[in-house]
Amino acid sequence: MTTPRVISRDATSSELDSDYKWGFTIDIGSDLAPKGLSEEIVRLISAKKEEPEWMLEWRLKAFRQWLKLKEQPPKWANVEYPPIDYQDIYYYAAPKSDAPKSLDEVDPEILEAFEKLGIPLAERAKLAGVAVDAVVDSVSVATTYQDTLEKQGIIFCSMSEAVKKHPELVQKYLGSVVPYSDNFYATLNSAVFTDGSFAYIPKGVRCPIELMTYFRINQADSGQFERTLIIADEGSYVSYLEGCTAPARKTHQLHAAVVELVALDDAEIKYSTLQNWFPGDKDGNGGVYNFVTKRGKAAKNAKISWTQVETGSAITWKYPSVILEGDNSVGEFYSVALVNNHQQADTGTKMIHIGKNTRSTIVAKGISAGQGNATYRGLVKVLASADGAKNFTQCDSLLVGDKCGAHTVPYIEVKNPTAQMEHEASTSKVSDDQLFYCQQRGMSVEDAHFMIINGFCRGIFQELPFEFAMEASQLLKVSLEGAVG
Amino acid sequence: MATETKKSTPLLSIKGLTASAGDLKILKGIDLDIYPGEVHAIMGPNGSGKSTLTNVLAGRPDYTVTGGEVLFEGQSILGLEPEIRARMGLFLAFQYPLELPGVRAWQFLKAGVDAKRLHNGQEEMSAREFDQMLKAKVAEVQIDPELVRRAVNEGFSGGEKKRNEVLQMAVLDPKLALLDETDSGLDIDALRIVSDGVNLLRSPDKAVVLVTHYQRILNYISPNHVHVLYDGRIVRSGGPELAHELEEKGYDWIKDLVDATV
Repeated sequence: MTTPRVISRDATSSELDSDYKWGFTIDIGSDLAPKGLSEEIVRLISAKKEEPEWMLEWRLKAFRQWLKLKEQPPKWANVEYPPIDYQDIYYYAAPKSDAPKSLDEVDPEILEAFEKLGIPLAERAKLAGVAVDAVVDSVSVATTYQDTLEKQGIIFCSMSEAVKKHPELVQKYLGSVVPYSDNFYATLNSAVFTDGSFAYIPKGVRCPIELMTYFRINQADSGQFERTLIIADEGSYVSYLEGCTAPARKTHQLHAAVVELVALDDAEIKYSTLQNWFPGDKDGNGGVYNFVTKRGKAAKNAKISWTQVETGSAITWKYPSVILEGDNSVGEFYSVALVNNHQQADTGTKMIHIGKNTRSTIVAKGISAGQGNATYRGLVKVLASADGAKNFTQCDSLLVGDKCGAHTVPYIEVKNPTAQMEHEASTSKVSDDQLFYCQQRGMSVEDAHFMIINGFCRGIFQELPFEFAMEASQLLKVSLEGAVG
Repeated sequence: MATETKKSTPLLSIKGLTASAGDLKILKGIDLDIYPGEVHAIMGPNGSGKSTLTNVLAGRPDYTVTGGEVLFEGQSILGLEPEIRARMGLFLAFQYPLELPGVRAWQFLKAGVDAKRLHNGQEEMSAREFDQMLKAKVAEVQIDPELVRRAVNEGFSGGEKKRNEVLQMAVLDPKLALLDETDSGLDIDALRIVSDGVNLLRSPDKAVVLVTHYQRILNYISPNHVHVLYDGRIVRSGGPELAHELEEKGYDWIKDLVDATV
């Protein structure tokens, strides 16, 4: 039994000065930066984090690149939202220094969310930031896992810590998969990322526990820009879990994260996500804009597997991808994306076949309920060098009700005649007959919907670690509330 | 034939039931009492309303009840949701069982069993107890254990789907089982398995309504009563001999009979 280790991203800050106006002088001593983005803010973030010069330079390069792209976020996605005012966002809110000491001090809203997810009380305490911060700060709680990890030479820490303690690894790999100039949101992230997780698995080591990061946006109007970098050295293996929630806010929040995975020769990385950012209310007010860049690079015989269950966010824009650079490398993408009420999701993957005999598998399940709109967008690209490349793609959409939408936009580019491509797609609706069948066996309409939708997602849930699969199933149930019955 | 011991209260009592699908009137006044321990066969030509009757009793939303009353153990059920009727002990074996892709049969059946238990003020069955019970039922109805490991009816043959209905019936152990042409499309081996499953359910406090087009299944399940449904009405009722008469004379005999009376 492996208990996931959790790092909190709680961005709780002290009360904001509401009289603050754009154009002030930055107080380096404060734990809060004012709203808006400027070179000064980038310098402030870097200074706050006591970063080395090379890190600041990298951020500034990104910031200057972003200025050139300003107000030009990608427009091709099948999502609609009013323009974002990037000067109306807090880019730095330091974590509260005194973490809650017990569950009694934790926001009941957060506890309720965990209860709905069926997370055991002990876990809840960790997730709510009690043991979480204790895991980071307190030796007593952390030792068990840190000992296990350290003995094997595994590094698992926050990105800030990695920049200071393992600069050679960060400098070598940061931006090696997602360059700072990659796209509008990744460039923004490169300039202002505040923290994130870092993991390094040494040669030939199989990480004995699942590593987990739990992300949460607390501060209203704050952007969340975390940066995750995972390096699996030759012949190593790691399974990494990522969970996300945010409290209900009336205004939209921007989340622009970057995740880079580096799987060296014969290594394997399994990356699982349960994304439950606040989706907005029934009328589409509030909710997180989840504009995320996730990509992995697989060397010879390496394998990268993305599994995601996306139930939250007002808008999801996310394409976890694999660059299959080494011969015989393998890329996988398993996804469940659920939209309800006014949620929109444009999500999928990119599999770039470069090496010989590279293989990729894509299984994407979209569930649309309420007035939700879900789009699968995927690219399978086989370069001329990729002799014997193989891809299998399956995209299934399930409609609940008659006001939702499902779209599938597959792109296939093949430049090598030996490549084998398979593509299957289906769209179905939860039928009245299926519901009646379940009802006749004693289930309520709501339970029947839940059971049918769970069945639809079964192939994906099987890819998740066991505890996560249970949570994913509960998450679907919570997310579907009000859509059926 | 065993002697009938009629109790004072029917398990199911149908009085003047009329129902339609859209503008089409299908049931035009059904009266029928079913007592515990009985097996009733309802026969009739295609389009006579046989399937409609069982589906209306189970509460399928495609039909509108326009008149009459149905009492289950003395309680009116026409206003109840289908799942409530199911939990009370009314089971419908579907003519065309639905596929539920990815839904494990085990999970599906346990949800049904637990819903019924909760309705009756009992606790949910433990996974272990359920597993043992399911294994026993699988053996009892001689179904391929592999079918239970697959998703509900997904990719099943017609015969497998019908056998799966019988397994579900055995597991849910209803007071009243309505079988909607469960025999149609079955080969002789499957027919025997289905019939054995129904016979297993027979007990002094339960009842079965067998809707069929053919007399064939009645060689394996002997009914106490046979009714002939024609144009939304029961036009003739009798004992098992009525089924044989139908087999010999065909449904045209009934049509002629009814048309002559009109």
